[in-house]
Amino acid sequence: MAPAVPPPAAKRAGLRAWIYKRFPVEEFISSQLTGYYAPKNFNFWYFFGSLALLVLVLQLVTGIFLTMFYKPGEATSFDSIEFIMREVQWGWLIRYLHSSGASLFFIIVYLHMFRAILYGSYKTPRELLWLIGMLVYFALMAEAFLGYVLPWGNMSFWGAQVIVNLFGTIPMIGPGLVEWIRGDYGIADATLNRFFALHVAAVPLAILLLVVLHLVALHETGSNNPDGIEIKERVGADGHPLDGIPFHPYYTVKDIVGVGVMFVMLAIVVFFVPTFGGLFLEPANFEPANPMSTPEHIAPVWYFTPYYAILRAVPDQRLGALLMFLSVALFVFLPWLDRSPVKSMRYRGPLSRMALAIFAVCFVALGYLGLQPAEGLYVVLARVFACGYFGFFLLMPWYSRVDKVKPVPERVVFHGHP
Amino acid sequence: MADGVIGDSQVDKSRRVFLTAATATTGAIGVAFALVPFISSWMPSERARAFGAPAELDLSKVEPGQMVMVIWRKQPIYVVRRTPAMLASLAGHDDRLKDPTSAHSDQPPYAKNVQRARKGEYLVLIGICTHLGCLPKQRFEPGFAELGADWPGGFFCPCHGSRFDLAGRVFDGSPASVNLRVPPYAFANDQTLVIGVDAANQKGAA
Repeated sequence: MAPAVPPPAAKRAGLRAWIYKRFPVEEFISSQLTGYYAPKNFNFWYFFGSLALLVLVLQLVTGIFLTMFYKPGEATSFDSIEFIMREVQWGWLIRYLHSSGASLFFIIVYLHMFRAILYGSYKTPRELLWLIGMLVYFALMAEAFLGYVLPWGNMSFWGAQVIVNLFGTIPMIGPGLVEWIRGDYGIADATLNRFFALHVAAVPLAILLLVVLHLVALHETGSNNPDGIEIKERVGADGHPLDGIPFHPYYTVKDIVGVGVMFVMLAIVVFFVPTFGGLFLEPANFEPANPMSTPEHIAPVWYFTPYYAILRAVPDQRLGALLMFLSVALFVFLPWLDRSPVKSMRYRGPLSRMALAIFAVCFVALGYLGLQPAEGLYVVLARVFACGYFGFFLLMPWYSRVDKVKPVPERVVFHGHP
Repeated sequence: MADGVIGDSQVDKSRRVFLTAATATTGAIGVAFALVPFISSWMPSERARAFGAPAELDLSKVEPGQMVMVIWRKQPIYVVRRTPAMLASLAGHDDRLKDPTSAHSDQPPYAKNVQRARKGEYLVLIGICTHLGCLPKQRFEPGFAELGADWPGGFFCPCHGSRFDLAGRVFDGSPASVNLRVPPYAFANDQTLVIGVDAANQKGAA
């Protein structure tokens, strides 16, 4: 795609000219923003990419400020969190923004991923974009888990115990691997300190790098859209896609509306329900870590509970761990599991629509069941919904191929504003 | 073509491929060696190893029928010197146990027997309830008032009422689903118990 032509050299003067000679600011702006054409038919679902980027920035900024007051260590972690909450000026706000931001990040990422499945955004030519996005998601899961351990509450401790012990189910190397991760014979000071290093330095760097790669891949292929039509295939006389509009100012303005709504919702949570009824901050974590006493029932934060429900639905511990890892990893294979000739759900048939609806129900239901004790009816239901969850992926090569599809129009469907 | 620049026809391709592969291989080996100290730094430190070292107990100080508690790796270890009567109490209630043969429970192979011990006289258990981690209390007298006339003697967890016999085997109707865990242990000699190793001559903190 031809980027918008930068202003001729003669028009630049002074500092602008000096910088331009040494650094390609204007090329960057014109190729990535003002000359980057995005489909004109974006809808509500397309808010979540830019919002995710914003929440990443929010987490980085609040996180950097939290590290100024937080002291990792068995003896100091819990107290330093209380210090932040009670004595640091505005510390409570910074910490609640960070803890609510974590949940917000996952809400946004799950909606972002659902959008991709809904409109087939992982299909050719965007497989790498999807894969890099999945790596961001995995890194985000690691980041969230590591961060959850840092306050060193009792749920932090036992959550770390359960998750780290999962690695012990790997045959042969399991027990040694667990000892290596912990750096001690139990979850201890050594574990907490390395988790801190990973949470504040290693994983955020990896996430930033992956997000840049995600954007590079996105801007190479261009965005998909609700119709799943490649806008680059219909180019106007000016060399730009007929159904495309420059990202800036059109979508920057649209995204600002989303940003406003998101901040209102974040503010409501932070100011009125920061623990969100135990979903964002669990009650058991307001007690210091105690290796001698397990919380009543151990449940991870809501964003991991669908997978946790699958783990517990399987009677055999090793098989359960394997299925849990598989349930997360299956997303990676979507571009190759999906054999449908069309991208968007708009032009797919009843089988695909039903499968996606069942999957969404299963994901939410498993998320609920993962918060409940693993007994009686809950386990039976978790098994049923786990079957639905895996069925969505494993049967996809079949139902996506045999499903009836509607003809895809040549141009995107767009109703202008009168 | 300028002086000193080699044309394609003059390049010895096989030589170039060999040198590239050799350089890459040497570099990869170097990186692998350089990784060793970083990966090893995550292993338990000398301090953690010292604190995790096996715990010793002088058994001559334990009277028959008495229990002592030893701390090993921050866990309470119960050591009970069982009398012949206590050992006899293990028989006759298999039908009331969830896992009488310890098939689903966690113990070293040498403790996977009815007495759940290397030597019947000494019971060594991790004193953490397998339900939710409380410390079970000793209720060694048979027929203990709160636990019914058919109570053979054992452990009772005050938190959620899990009951275990004098081999740490869990009774039906307890919230705990498996028997109390047995740590690795060995006897250095008749009077010395070493907790944390499977053989007395083994180096500790494996």
